[in-house]
Amino acid sequence: MKRYSVFAIAREALRYHEGWERAWRAPQPKSAYDVVIVGAGGHGLATAYYLGKNFGITNVAVIEKGWLGGGNTGRNTTIIRSNYLQDPSAAIYEKARSLYETLSQDLNYNVMFSPRGLLMLAQTHHEVRGYLRTVHANTLQGVATEWIEPAKVKELVPIINIDGPRYPVLGALYQARGGTARHDAVAWGYARACSDMGMDIIQQCEVTGVRSEGGQVTGVETTRGAIACKKLGIVVAGHSGQVAEMAGFRLPVEAVALQALVSEPIKPCMDVVVMANTVHGYMSQSDKGEMVIGGGTDGFNNFTQRGSFQHIEETLRALIETFPIISRLKMLRQWGGIVDMTGDRSPIISKTPLGNCFINCGWGTGGFKAIPGSGWAMAELMAKGHSPLAADFGMERFREGRFIDESVAAGVAH
Amino acid sequence: MLTLTCPYCGVKAEETELAPGGEAHLKRFGPGSTDDEYESYMFARKNPKGVHFERWRHAYGCGKWFLAARCTATLEVFGTYPAQSKEPPAELIAAIKAKRPGWEGYK
Repeated sequence: MKRYSVFAIAREALRYHEGWERAWRAPQPKSAYDVVIVGAGGHGLATAYYLGKNFGITNVAVIEKGWLGGGNTGRNTTIIRSNYLQDPSAAIYEKARSLYETLSQDLNYNVMFSPRGLLMLAQTHHEVRGYLRTVHANTLQGVATEWIEPAKVKELVPIINIDGPRYPVLGALYQARGGTARHDAVAWGYARACSDMGMDIIQQCEVTGVRSEGGQVTGVETTRGAIACKKLGIVVAGHSGQVAEMAGFRLPVEAVALQALVSEPIKPCMDVVVMANTVHGYMSQSDKGEMVIGGGTDGFNNFTQRGSFQHIEETLRALIETFPIISRLKMLRQWGGIVDMTGDRSPIISKTPLGNCFINCGWGTGGFKAIPGSGWAMAELMAKGHSPLAADFGMERFREGRFIDESVAAGVAH
Repeated sequence: MLTLTCPYCGVKAEETELAPGGEAHLKRFGPGSTDDEYESYMFARKNPKGVHFERWRHAYGCGKWFLAARCTATLEVFGTYPAQSKEPPAELIAAIKAKRPGWEGYK
């Protein structure tokens, strides 16, 4: 792989940009690999990358039924934060956030990580108490967050209306090193680095069955033939339940649609990410100038990548109260993704009832921010059979009652 | 937008009038049950990509709970029926089978 650098740009500028290589190979699947990862989204590719980087396991295939990064990796609002209440969540999300800090250098691919700061507005007294508690928890966890007063909120976000009639801004939980990244580039960067290590990324290849013998996984059946493997990682988000069923076990997850939308581009007016959990909307401004807006999930199971219109309406109605400036903006695009929700709204990174088959799913509405940490933990679990970061996220926690209850702790907009 | 006909008041209600209530026909397990049974009641859900049976409440109408058969892959609604049903009515099952010949039936 030729490295990207300022010299490469200069070199290519002098020869009509004809020397750029393809970022990753498009190989035919081999008949056997040491490790097969199902799902070439951010989490799957990150798992493969850290298997290679941290454990030297490079005889790996990442198979994908659609195209690389074409699921929720390309459908989120690109927010990165780690201000969680529970210790296991804070540990894995902070690991992810800290890996994002140096990811561009690590991958030699610009993922445009922008630690621009992130505010979670407190708009009720209940939320004030909740976030003060989170700040204390984060202090103990080594996650840098602070409580800020309304005047400071206004200073950071001049376009905000802090004395709205219905939901005044009473302060905010501020994570200065939270922010955003270029979501597609995260998938592309990992894919390029994986391909460079000799891993095969096989797109347009759907898994149709899981082969096993004596309770151990032996391979997968795909639309492009059978592929044998010693270890299997299922990292497929929305369709986790379907693949798990092929492997012969059930998951405590349900698939629902989550929507996001962007406005027409406007001049820079907001250089932080703002989340308003009481009214359930969050907003940031992309480098192109679009306001990127996310809202809530639908309340019913849905696999169509289309959500209900009234949720968009709800989100915008609330955000307009907090940001009157956006009331005349036209919305350009709106889309939905299928997220898998667990009972406690925390992910599953776990061994499964099938030997040497591992699963990483249940990231709900907050998967993008976790990609590097999730891949790190999943790779460790697959290589060594145990990972401190993943230890609390086993699927047996539902049976044992050891929930990581972020649904209560973080409220909404997880 | 999802519209369901309330089997009690007969109103064709759209989504904003309704509150979703999750999977229908869950078997409840309480004290004395095994860990497996309790886990299945609390957390294990069918989550099918296709025909699904759900609980809904006509929240801004008559306020009653009812059940609905719906396709999660196409958002098609097959029908609604009263919450007191132990399992989906036979004529609804037949109607779904006519539309979805490959469907394995209610389990």
